[in-house]
Amino acid sequence: MALKGLDIFKLTPKTNCKECGNPTCMAFAMKVAQGSVPIEKCPHLSAEALATLSEATAPPMKSIKIGAGEAEHTLGGETVLYRHDKTFVSRNLFAVSVCASCFDEKLPEIEKIDYERIGEREYVELINCVYNGDKAAYVELVKKAAATGRTLVLECQCPDAARAALEVCAAGKPVLNGATPENYEEMSKLATEFGVVLGVTAGDIDALYDTVAAIEKLGNKNLVVDVGVGSVKDAFATAVQVRRAALKDQDRTFGYPSIVNVGKLAAGDENMQTALASLFTMKYGSIVVMENMSYAQALALYGLRQNIYTDPQKPMKVEPGIYPLNGGDENSVCVTTVDFALTYFVVSGELERSGVPMNLLISDAGGYSVLTAWAAGKLSAGSIEKFFKQFDIEGKIKNRTLVIPGKVAVLKGEIEERLPGWKIVVAPNEAVGLVKFFKELNA
Amino acid sequence: MAFKRNPQKFPGATKTVVIGTGDRAVTLGGENVMPLYSFDAPIENRPKVGVEISDSGYDKNVPGIAAYYAGAETIADIAKKAAAMPGADFIAISLEGADPNGENKSVDECVELCKAVGEAVDLPIVVLGCKNHDKDAKLFEKISDALQGKNILVMSASEENYKTVSASAGLAYSQKIGAESAVDINLAKQLNVLISQMGVAADNVVMNVGSAAAGYGFEYVASTMDRVKAAALAQNDNMLQNPIVTPVSDDAWSVKESIVSEADFPEWGPTEKRGVAMEITTAAACLASGSNAVILRHPESVAAIAKFIGELM
Repeated sequence: MALKGLDIFKLTPKTNCKECGNPTCMAFAMKVAQGSVPIEKCPHLSAEALATLSEATAPPMKSIKIGAGEAEHTLGGETVLYRHDKTFVSRNLFAVSVCASCFDEKLPEIEKIDYERIGEREYVELINCVYNGDKAAYVELVKKAAATGRTLVLECQCPDAARAALEVCAAGKPVLNGATPENYEEMSKLATEFGVVLGVTAGDIDALYDTVAAIEKLGNKNLVVDVGVGSVKDAFATAVQVRRAALKDQDRTFGYPSIVNVGKLAAGDENMQTALASLFTMKYGSIVVMENMSYAQALALYGLRQNIYTDPQKPMKVEPGIYPLNGGDENSVCVTTVDFALTYFVVSGELERSGVPMNLLISDAGGYSVLTAWAAGKLSAGSIEKFFKQFDIEGKIKNRTLVIPGKVAVLKGEIEERLPGWKIVVAPNEAVGLVKFFKELNA
Repeated sequence: MAFKRNPQKFPGATKTVVIGTGDRAVTLGGENVMPLYSFDAPIENRPKVGVEISDSGYDKNVPGIAAYYAGAETIADIAKKAAAMPGADFIAISLEGADPNGENKSVDECVELCKAVGEAVDLPIVVLGCKNHDKDAKLFEKISDALQGKNILVMSASEENYKTVSASAGLAYSQKIGAESAVDINLAKQLNVLISQMGVAADNVVMNVGSAAAGYGFEYVASTMDRVKAAALAQNDNMLQNPIVTPVSDDAWSVKESIVSEADFPEWGPTEKRGVAMEITTAAACLASGSNAVILRHPESVAAIAKFIGELM
């Protein structure tokens, strides 16, 4: 149960010492209740009070860390069911399944996908190593997979093979996805011994709940919940109900990230796997395991994920700079717009369709759209002049025509004054008119 | 201690809208659970899949589409093949060629095309305009007249032309109309209010609350739909309870990922595969957010999304 400010206040020393940075203990308590200040900020709480409070103010869904070093990832830690209520925090991760006989064939395909999209590296973050009954082959597979530097998921319900695998890969902090109602004691012991996250699965949601509760009783709270592969309907129902129980109904037993194997739910059906991966990106999959990841799937799914995991309060921004399009060079016309990602994508898409070589100049406009940036003073003749100096546009580009967005046509005169020698041309108001505009401009 | 199931129960439900006639009529909406949450309560009318065809013929540059429609000469042939596509619930004819800034096909020509489609298939017909509000208003009026009794859906009435579209398609010819707004719950509600004030009954109106391809601002689409469904169900807001129909194909097949050639981006692989993945990803995400129907173009996408919906019900 979440505590109210007054309940927290009762446990504070009530001395108004200000050491926490707040004027009074009451103010501090109110902020803790809102979740804006961690309880540990008060240096004078008794250990007992701290324990009570940390339990009560702990987030409803745990943040679970997997992987080590550069391959470390955080799962979970979500506080809302819908992104518009606040934001989602830990983007879901994608894994591709490999087995002893198919690893060498699949690895090049996995490694091929590695690109940047609006400041994020997009790649297959995890490799799901499937155990097929041969311990020695499994250890070899795990060794090879670990050598890729990616974090592993060990899909293995045999404690003996799991131990052998962990002995060669535990340093990389894999997920041991193998606890069931039958073997959980042994598996939990293994996971604790090697300090790795344990994946828990069961035949249905009730057995899953009981198994998680039983593992928690053993003192292991470093878990992820596998929603199972019985049917698409059951997997989705479990994923939703697990997350909803944790966040809406405050049931901490299900306060863990999830793992969904769409590769098994739709074996051999790439298109169905795409649809399911999209579904679980939207609704509550933390790790999505696929049979393969084609470049086509990656482009669509990673784009979707990036959208969904954007903080609604922080617009997506592209890096300011010079973006040559259609083979643009120093002699090509310059076009400028703002750094709001959506504007960038829409505008650059249309510009590319025009086929005209050009340089797209993106200046820092605080991540706002054209009109908003203009109204907020982030896009002005001054900001464009500053951008030109900062990036030495005159030194880098010989062409002296600059196309500005139609919505800020009012800036034309002032830009002409500030950028002497440049011909300023006003583009149409809407991006859809750009193709026609540039074809005519070029004619 | 067993897991305590706590299905969400809501005071509101979405309205039902029927398009088409006879055995093949399709009922959209009616659910009182969050999108695809068939485990909370049964979803009587599963989400539907529409197949998009165009006045300009089928896309011969996409091998899978070209192969599927091969041999279809007329719009009637194309419509028949589209109707036979496994997973198709309705046919959506796009009149992109009517755009005054493009081919500018005449209203009469478009009416003839729609009549031909109406005669060729018994599936419900959705008419997608050309995105020019004035032209759309004229098109929808004449097409609604010509296809009287077919119970078609015209998409869409917007803030600019809702009066004409409501008066003609909605009231004079008793067809169904779509209310289109741009990813904003307040705009969506406002347009529904305006259309209802024109006297069009709620069970004759669906919404298109805006769409985008995955990766291209889809967060606005998702959050708008999340909020619309929450208002419809939890707050019982009867001005946001109309079913949502989302045209996915147009956005999905016009982003860079779906059009640049393999020659320009060799590591990306075949163009068609990228378009299909984009269409499927976007459609599944729309359905997860609350679309009661999606409109798709590629036979593979239609099959996959139909299967996807079937397995979740």
